[in-house]
Amino acid sequence: MTRIITLRVNGKSYENEVSPRLLLVHYLRDVLGLTGTHIACDTSQCGACTVMFNGESVKSCTMLAVQADGGEVKTVEGLATNGKLHPLQQGFWEKHGLQCGFCTPGMLMSSLNLLQRNPDPTPDEIRHALEGNLCRCTGYQNIVAAVQWAAQEMKAKPAAGVAE
Amino acid sequence: MNAFEYVRPDDVAGAVTMVSRDPHASYLAGGTTLLDLVLKDGVVELGRVVDITRLPLRGISRGDDTLRVGALTTMEELAADPTVTERLPFVREALLLGASPQLRNMATVGGNILQRTRCRYFRDPTVAACNKRAPGSGCAAVTGVARMHAILGARAACIALHASDLCVPLVALDAVVHIQGVGGKRSVPLTEFYVLPGDRPDIENVLQHGELITEVEVPLLPVNARSGYLKVRDRASYEFALTSAAAALLIEDGTIARARLALGGVGTIPRRAREAEELLNGAPAVNQTFRAAAEVALRDPFTVSGTAFKVELAKRTIVRILQTVSGVQS
Ligand SMILES: Cc1cc2nc3c(=O)[nH]c(=O)nc-3n(C[C@H](O)[C@H](O)[C@H](O)COP(=O)(O)OP(=O)(O)OC[C@H]3O[C@@H](n4cnc5c(N)ncnc54)[C@H](O)[C@@H]3O)c2cc1C
Ligand code: SF4
Ligand code: FES
Ligand code: FES
Repeated sequence: MTRIITLRVNGKSYENEVSPRLLLVHYLRDVLGLTGTHIACDTSQCGACTVMFNGESVKSCTMLAVQADGGEVKTVEGLATNGKLHPLQQGFWEKHGLQCGFCTPGMLMSSLNLLQRNPDPTPDEIRHALEGNLCRCTGYQNIVAAVQWAAQEMKAKPAAGVAE
Repeated sequence: MNAFEYVRPDDVAGAVTMVSRDPHASYLAGGTTLLDLVLKDGVVELGRVVDITRLPLRGISRGDDTLRVGALTTMEELAADPTVTERLPFVREALLLGASPQLRNMATVGGNILQRTRCRYFRDPTVAACNKRAPGSGCAAVTGVARMHAILGARAACIALHASDLCVPLVALDAVVHIQGVGGKRSVPLTEFYVLPGDRPDIENVLQHGELITEVEVPLLPVNARSGYLKVRDRASYEFALTSAAAALLIEDGTIARARLALGGVGTIPRRAREAEELLNGAPAVNQTFRAAAEVALRDPFTVSGTAFKVELAKRTIVRILQTVSGVQS
């Protein structure tokens, strides 16, 4: 009952035979070895598994790999270009937007979804946009600052943009 | 854990035939309810998952005074629709106060209507007593920890809440659900779509196995109506409602010409508050009227120790949203 799926992940094409019950997050981590996407809960709550699917943030623990067949996925590994960190990654670095880092890949992908729709968000809008991403370490303050930093940076240097 | 087959039919008729013929088949839309129940909680077993996400049921079209919303339209897409912002603002509010962006990017309008209860005992297969999961087994929640549970339409057999926010303004608006089955199409008003638990809490709505929701038709509010959605919860974001209320009012010279009111967080189904509406219609838009409407809306609740506080909270939620929408000070 396996099925062959074709997917583009971070711009590269993959074809694999998978079981229908395999979740996208396990496909990314266990089949493709892209372990940047984390799993932290069993209830679709925490957002650690957030990736971009066809240009929008989704919880990869709540999607079957077979459902994603034919689609385009971007994970945290796809954020940096030519060895240069994405402004969001730089922002988390500059503003200490992480402690243990477990939530960070999901935070980055949700922030990317936000900045694509709203390039100049207020702190309140950032908090609202990240409500589906739980962090047990930072208290969120520095995460909000990091996203603001990235938004400023991307305004100043549009080349560093959020284009897919 | 069981293995299941995955199929992706090409058209609506094919999907409907597939699920109707197979008692162990189920539609998969955004998956945000279904995959938790099947793969994580392990309380639903499936033989076959029928992926409908690529069927042409996604999109919004506007008629003169209705909005036709394809069942596969996502919550985020509906919230972003300009007509919703302009003519159904409380629908937008309810959407954006629910779940999170990633979930709203996945979750569909059809799936939202059919979401299953968040009752923790329902979602825990190690709990034996759950009439919704295993008819006749009892209800662990009535004597257990109940907070996110219903007080209207509930009885000792089941106090499970229908936790949707979106459906609260939708029942207030007299939205209509369009359904396709093997025998043809039919339409059911959302207010008649859900079934009270009675003695069979496992039966939640009027859908026959295999019937597919294709579209939801939402009447637009009059241009001069005002509306609002208030969601009261245990934390400021990313939580289900303890109580909520959706209200739309048409006020002329201080008198309520037409009221629409529905309640969330308190019902086994999204609750239209018709008696309260009758009381509001034609009455002056003042606090006394609002409180009287709230009293009527919460008549005859069924509470357990954990949910008793919700009666007064729900009344105050109603008063507050009526004040907000009418602009009357408390
Ligand atoms: C962490 C979390 C927080 C949430 N918070 C909120 C909240 O605050 N407010 C709120 O309103 N909701 C909330 N939700 C619920 C969420 O909105 C629903 O899970 C979602 O709307 C379901 O839609 P879906 O497309 O993912 O449905 P699916 O999971 O794909 O399907 C749900 C059920 O409906 C059936 N189905 C789906 N589409 C059709 C159709 N067209 N015809 C017939 N049957 C169909 C499926 O077979 C399944 O049984 C939350 C969910 C999660 C996981
Ligand atoms: S309230 Fe309903 S769903 Fe929850 S345990 Fe009781 S019977 Fe089951
Ligand atoms: S792993 Fe927690 S939401 Fe996906
Ligand atoms: S940095 Fe540790 S969970 Fe967010």
